[in-house]
Parts: sequence; C-alpha cells; structure tokens
Amino acid sequence: MSEFTYPILFGILIGTILRIAMLRTDYRQYPTYLHGKTIHVSLGFIAAALGSLVIPALLSKEYTAVTILTVAATQFREVRNMERNTLNEVDSYELVSRGKTYIEGIAISFESRNYLVIITSFIVTFVYVFTNIIFAIVATIICFILSKILMSGSVMKEIVDIEYKDLHFDGAGLYVDNIYIMNIGLPERQKEIKKYGMGFVLTPKDMNTITTVSNLGQRQAILHDVSIALGVFRDSGTPALTPLIKRDLDDGRLGVFVLPQVRDVDKAIEIIGQVPVLESAIRMPSESKSHNKEVPSNDD
Amino acid sequence: MMIEKAILAVITLDQSKVSGGAPIFICETKEELEKVAANIEAITDGIVHGLSDELFIVVKH
Repeated sequence: MSEFTYPILFGILIGTILRIAMLRTDYRQYPTYLHGKTIHVSLGFIAAALGSLVIPALLSKEYTAVTILTVAATQFREVRNMERNTLNEVDSYELVSRGKTYIEGIAISFESRNYLVIITSFIVTFVYVFTNIIFAIVATIICFILSKILMSGSVMKEIVDIEYKDLHFDGAGLYVDNIYIMNIGLPERQKEIKKYGMGFVLTPKDMNTITTVSNLGQRQAILHDVSIALGVFRDSGTPALTPLIKRDLDDGRLGVFVLPQVRDVDKAIEIIGQVPVLESAIRMPSESKSHNKEVPSNDD
Repeated sequence: MMIEKAILAVITLDQSKVSGGAPIFICETKEELEKVAANIEAITDGIVHGLSDELFIVVKH
C-alpha cells in the first residue's frame, strides 16, 4: 500500500456517492430504474477514479498520466450522445413528446454531472493528500453543497405568473382567455375538450423571459411535464386532442391548453411552476450592449 | 418542399360552395355532416376543422 491508497479510495468513494446523490428519479421519470441507473453509477465511478488519480500521479512525477483526463472528456461527451440518442428514439412513442430542446437539456446535465464528480474527487483527494481526513470531509461537504447549487437551474414560476383561465369556443375556434389555440370542427370534440381540457395563461415577468418562454422547446417541455405528472386525455389517432401552447403576439403571454386526467387546478399550476427553464431556451436581451445603450443626451 | 399539411376531405351541406381536388362528401342534414366528419376523422387520423356551420374539412397535420 502506498501513501496514496487511502486518499484515492476516499476520492473514488466520495465521487461515486455524489453521482448517486445527483441521480434522482423524480416526476420527469428519467432515468428510470435499475438499468439506466447502473449505467450512470458505473460512469460516475469511472469519473471519480479519474479525478482521484490526478494528484497522486502528479506527486509521483508521472506528469504524462494527466493526459488521461483528455480521454475522460471524450468519454463523457459520449455520455451526452448516448443520452441524446436514447431519448430521441423513445420520444416518438410518447403521447406528448419531450421535444428536442428538453432532451438536449437532459443530455447536457448528464455530461456536466460527470465533470462535477471528477472535480469533487480531485479536490477531495487533493485536500486529503496535503492535510488529513478531517479536512477532506469538510471539503466533501463544501463540494456537495456547491454541486447542489450548480445543478439546480431556475424553474418556470420564477419567470412567469401562472393563472387558470377557462377554455371557450368562438365558433370553431378554441380560445384560452383571448389567445387562439386551434380550430375544432366537430361539436362532439368541442364537448370533450370543454369537459376535459384546462387552460392556463402564463404572463412573463420581464423582457428577458418573454423571449425565453416563447421558445418552442420550452413550451413543449411544459406540455410534456404536465402530461407526465397529471396524465393526458388522448390516444394515438386523436390529433384533435393535442395539448398546445400558443402565444399572444401582442404581449408575449402564453395560452396553455392541456388535457390532464387529474383535473386539479392547484396541482397543475404547481407543476407548470416546477418545469425547469431549459438552458438552451434562455435568452438575455437585456445583457446586450446595444439594447442597453443610453440615448445620448443633448445637454452639452 | 415537403407538404406538411393536407386537406384529406371536404364535407359540406352546400355543394355550390366547394369544388376541386380533395374528396368531397355532400350531406343532407347537419347530423349526417357531423357523423361523416367524425368517421373520416377517426379513419384518417386527421382533425376536423370547421370553416363554417355547413362546411367542414379534414386536415392531416
């Protein structure tokens, strides 16, 4: 046993535990059970091992060993591809699809979680090698808290106000509040939609969020999450019963039309509020320099 | 160019209002109109859209 055995083992252990802690099966239902989890825990283990080996390798003057990290980067980019492909394949068989933007968001987070594991293992081993196990545990706790902060993005309720609004028909046109959704011809379908459908209006809180929530991928993510959590009243071959989100062109409000099986307004509002804001949908026009340029004053 | 939407059928009470390429179904009563439209909707997996009270189209999205 060399002097580095315990630090390495400790680093690997902490990294793997961190990966398991970040692997939650929540209402998004992904990853599902054992098989999906096994893959990610194993990859997390590999990532932890890589992270732990850096410091001992450097201290043993094996400088070239660090190049193995480049292999790691390639490896975890592959994870992202793997997630993307699997989810894309499965997506066409969902009653309400996830949409490409949501899938991309999930794939990105899977990749970045592995990097967080590498960094954590690296830091923990570093601290252990140069101090002792007490400081290493303190470092572990700090890393866990940091990972928690880094991995939680914002959610819809932070950027929009959600209101329940009745659905109504104007002739064949279906409306949520004053936002046109679609044209439904058959009175029978109209009755079904009135019976099972629910309407919500999302009002963006500021200029930036208007562009973010209008993103088609973001909208599809809302529909998918609501349909997963509350069920959906539709089947293949009933395209008239399709949950949809349309936009009010005047002020950027969104009209959400969903067909949940559990018709609970408060729950639905809560679920829409918890939909993650997708990284690739976020736009920040207010960060733009030309947008914020003050109009030159004519005082002088 | 890919055509993404297509009118699969036209169902109407008033023959004088329609003509052209899609199959046209002429019905006598409003009930018959709705029944035929519902059937075609189910068979073709399309959506029945109402252009007016007596003119429906089935569109594949």
